Amino acid sequence: MTTKSIAMALGYVVLAPVIGGLLAGVDRVISARMQGRKGPPIMQPFFDVFKLLAKQYVTVNKFQSFYVAGFAIFTIVAGALFFAGGDLLLVIFALTVGGIFLVLGAYSANSPYSTIGADRELLQMMAYEPMVILAALGLFMVTKSFRVADILAFPKPLIEYLPAVFLGFLFILTIKFRKSPFDLSSSHHAHQELVRGLTTEFSGRALALIEVAHWYENVLLLGFVYLFVATNVWLGLAVCAAAYFLEVLIDNTYARLTWKPMVVWSWVVAGVFGVANIMVVHSLLK
Amino acid sequence: MHYDASSCNGCDIEVLACLTPMYDIERFGIINTGNPKHADVLLITGSINEQNTPVVLNLYNQMPNPKVVCAIGICATSGGIFRECYNVRGGVDTLIPVDVYVPGCACRPEAIIDGVVKALSVLEQKRAAGPQQPFVPHPAVSGASHSGQHATPNH
Repeated sequence: MTTKSIAMALGYVVLAPVIGGLLAGVDRVISARMQGRKGPPIMQPFFDVFKLLAKQYVTVNKFQSFYVAGFAIFTIVAGALFFAGGDLLLVIFALTVGGIFLVLGAYSANSPYSTIGADRELLQMMAYEPMVILAALGLFMVTKSFRVADILAFPKPLIEYLPAVFLGFLFILTIKFRKSPFDLSSSHHAHQELVRGLTTEFSGRALALIEVAHWYENVLLLGFVYLFVATNVWLGLAVCAAAYFLEVLIDNTYARLTWKPMVVWSWVVAGVFGVANIMVVHSLLK
Repeated sequence: MHYDASSCNGCDIEVLACLTPMYDIERFGIINTGNPKHADVLLITGSINEQNTPVVLNLYNQMPNPKVVCAIGICATSGGIFRECYNVRGGVDTLIPVDVYVPGCACRPEAIIDGVVKALSVLEQKRAAGPQQPFVPHPAVSGASHSGQHATPNH
């Protein structure tokens, strides 16, 4: 572990909530402007989190806090590993374990809303995991390494080798960011889908922690997008910003689908874009 | 969070209008939620009747402190033209403490936004004041734990 990687990981742990919160604020403002409204101030997500921290903490059972803490810790660890240049597969698995913790927390409350929200969250994970793993596999095939540090050091922009994988990854990014048409379990903007779906039975501090953990996850996901265009820093950041704007645009223009189209389409995209690109790359680089 | 306690839906439509681009209550950072566990401000329309008394109590008790209640419309404020009727309580403050009253029939979205913004400043004061006493409903409320007293119809 070099000092640079430790510094990057610490920088992530400290700065990601700030960046993630600003991204969330920008998301709300852009969505409002697209809908013809003015929208809240950009700092609103921070005000919301501080407000939630000042609220009375009402838990449904003893286990909720533990599960939320598990979700937050594994998400932050996944991101810190990623920015320290660690193993990409380990990052993906840590993120998945964090997601499972959140699902368990939702199941632990005996509420039908959070149970169905947790069911849908599991379906969402089933939908996007193949494409995420295929993206990691594609990066491995080109750079011969799963380590983020080596992927970043690759001399050519990886999107030249993996354009279809990149597009497939953008497709499932809609699910991970909880945006329409795939915001089934705990929608960001639909405020009464299944009451609040996955996060129905959380309140106060737990909800604030879930929100901040989502910010960490969003920064990690945009970092993943950056990997594809990593040769030029400014181009990479521009592509991340464009991807985020695209997600907001898709959110505001598409209505929510049910779980079956979500799972089917995600797998079709993973199969067609992901597998085809990887086969082409494999034969080209033989 | 908004609850319709036997309102004619006039004030409810005006509350909904506050969410539209014309009036846009999200400028103040407010979003509509159906989950009392996530809510800070409870907007109630209509003067409450026997059927939704336990519902309103349930929703109010589920909301974590600090919280504020806005009575939207004259029916929620005092019962309105239905004040003398046998089947309604005659206003939200017969059941739960109200912080802001927004009279009108139906009250305009501008008035509702005004009331909600006033409620936000009350919320700030409550947050600064620290933990609240737990809420005990009025002894005359049916559906509460106190028994042996009959409800007084008009306050």
